[in-house]
Amino acid sequence: MEYGRYLRGWAQQALPRLVLAPSFATIVLFVYGFIVFTAYLSFTNSRILPKFNLIGFENYEKLFGLRHWSTAIENLVIFGGLYIAICTAIGLTLAILLDQKIRAEGVLRPLYLYPMALSFIVTGTAWKWFLDPGIGLEQTLQSWGWASFEFDWIKNRQMAIYTIVIAAVWQTSGFVMAIFLAGLRGIDNEIIKAAQIDGASNLRLYARIIIPQLRPAFLSAFVVLAHMAIKSYDLVVALTGGGPGRATEMPATFMYSYTFTRNQMGIGAGSAVIMLMMIAAVIVPYLYAELREPRHGR
Amino acid sequence: MAANPIETAVRTGRLTRALIYAALLVFAVYYLLPLFVMMVNSFKELDEIRGGNMLALPELVTLAPWIKAWNQAQIGVQPTGLAPYFLNSIKMVVPAVVISTLLGALNGYVLTKWRFRGDTLVFALMLFACFIPFQIVLIPMARVLGFLGIAGTTWGLVLVHVVYGLGFTTLFFRNYYAAFPTELVKAAQIDGASFLRIFYRILLPSSGPIIVVTVIWQFTNIWNDFLFGASFSDFDSQPMTVALNNLVSSSTGVKEYNVHFAGAILAAIPTLLVYIVAGRYFVRGLMAGAVKG
Repeated sequence: MEYGRYLRGWAQQALPRLVLAPSFATIVLFVYGFIVFTAYLSFTNSRILPKFNLIGFENYEKLFGLRHWSTAIENLVIFGGLYIAICTAIGLTLAILLDQKIRAEGVLRPLYLYPMALSFIVTGTAWKWFLDPGIGLEQTLQSWGWASFEFDWIKNRQMAIYTIVIAAVWQTSGFVMAIFLAGLRGIDNEIIKAAQIDGASNLRLYARIIIPQLRPAFLSAFVVLAHMAIKSYDLVVALTGGGPGRATEMPATFMYSYTFTRNQMGIGAGSAVIMLMMIAAVIVPYLYAELREPRHGR
Repeated sequence: MAANPIETAVRTGRLTRALIYAALLVFAVYYLLPLFVMMVNSFKELDEIRGGNMLALPELVTLAPWIKAWNQAQIGVQPTGLAPYFLNSIKMVVPAVVISTLLGALNGYVLTKWRFRGDTLVFALMLFACFIPFQIVLIPMARVLGFLGIAGTTWGLVLVHVVYGLGFTTLFFRNYYAAFPTELVKAAQIDGASFLRIFYRILLPSSGPIIVVTVIWQFTNIWNDFLFGASFSDFDSQPMTVALNNLVSSSTGVKEYNVHFAGAILAAIPTLLVYIVAGRYFVRGLMAGAVKG
């Protein structure tokens, strides 16, 4: 009797942790265990199959000597920089415009955001065609009488990476708008009214008072966009397949092709580790700050 | 995000307002254009697409591209169209969404109402898992799926999506339950209600909105996933996105753009429908992933 109650008490005490345990164990194994495994492989001479004899930093030396990898990193810098800058600019502009008591907001906002519900493979299909010189935008404008119009970026080694920026901006800028709009709605109107009484113009009001208050929104937008840029894979595959040549190679496509088609698993694992480190550099400080701050109800 | 526009104090003149509306409309057109182009051209004959204006409505409406995309196009070995892959995606998405949502709810409940030493660390580790580049797990995952005997099967994909969806589902429920009054849980405990009973009777009945958010989020993400589908499926378990990519990028013969567009829209219909019906909840999920609080 006494023992039974004790047992039941213990079970009740332990039950919550027992319920959480499978999920947590799964994450520990499938995320952190796998990270350790991949990191280990990056120090081995694994080719088609994993091997476990260590060879030091050789893969990393090879990796950074590879032209494909430097192309991938250059592309990531170009793509990431433009993608973050343009999405932020469009997102902020749209949010400010939508915040002017627009009657049709309820109709417009979902239109700006719907691309986020679509797969990059789906939208890539549309963009691929749109950018195809023989049939898309170029051909259409030429048939409208602008005979000299040329737009063949997707076939051009120098310019192809910018076509990915165009499609990616289209896909996510509406989401950035939503982040900024939420930020704008959180600003205290009293401050704005006070500034207006002081005679501040609209431009000054935004430049000096409203936009500086959006710092958390800027930070969120940056973290989300930077991490999406580093992970970009689907859109590259759908739009250019990494080509022409390997001109639009990105770290994610590099990792895949080196690991699974070129049978250089050690180097592929090394590139995955670099990707993880880039993501961690963006995400960890952000999560740390988020989890430490006292949270306010939402 | 608030559903209704909150009054802003900024004043604008009539001309400025006209310009604002014009700009907003231009953006609306910009976002709608690709979908419109796909829609319009999926009903055209190939000749009409090649010869003509991409924005024009079809002169001759034809359903042939849709029929071809759905059950005739050559994607794998057989000319099956996208239909079997659509089914594969459904068979993968439904169990993955149900399992990951259920586990997320239980995890969120434990992490907020049955707190223990180190629970923040546990949560942080689960949360970071949401953001990892999946390239880092591809190699060991392939081995583990082989070891479990589910490599190349739909169940393998279900496992993968449950595992890598757990972080987000736990995040959603944890943030939602954090705002749920702990006093109610305490009172029920004093009355002798058990751990699971409190969950079923007190928390679950008021979890409607967050369940909708989580289900939509998981559904959209898993349906749209390409990387895992491309890495871990065989011909007979390929999801829709992978099949669509095979259809679109197969380089043999003429590029049948009208068929590609019909196929792309077929792949988009489920998530687009969910967005149209419950877009508000989808956006809430997006925002919860971006700005926690």
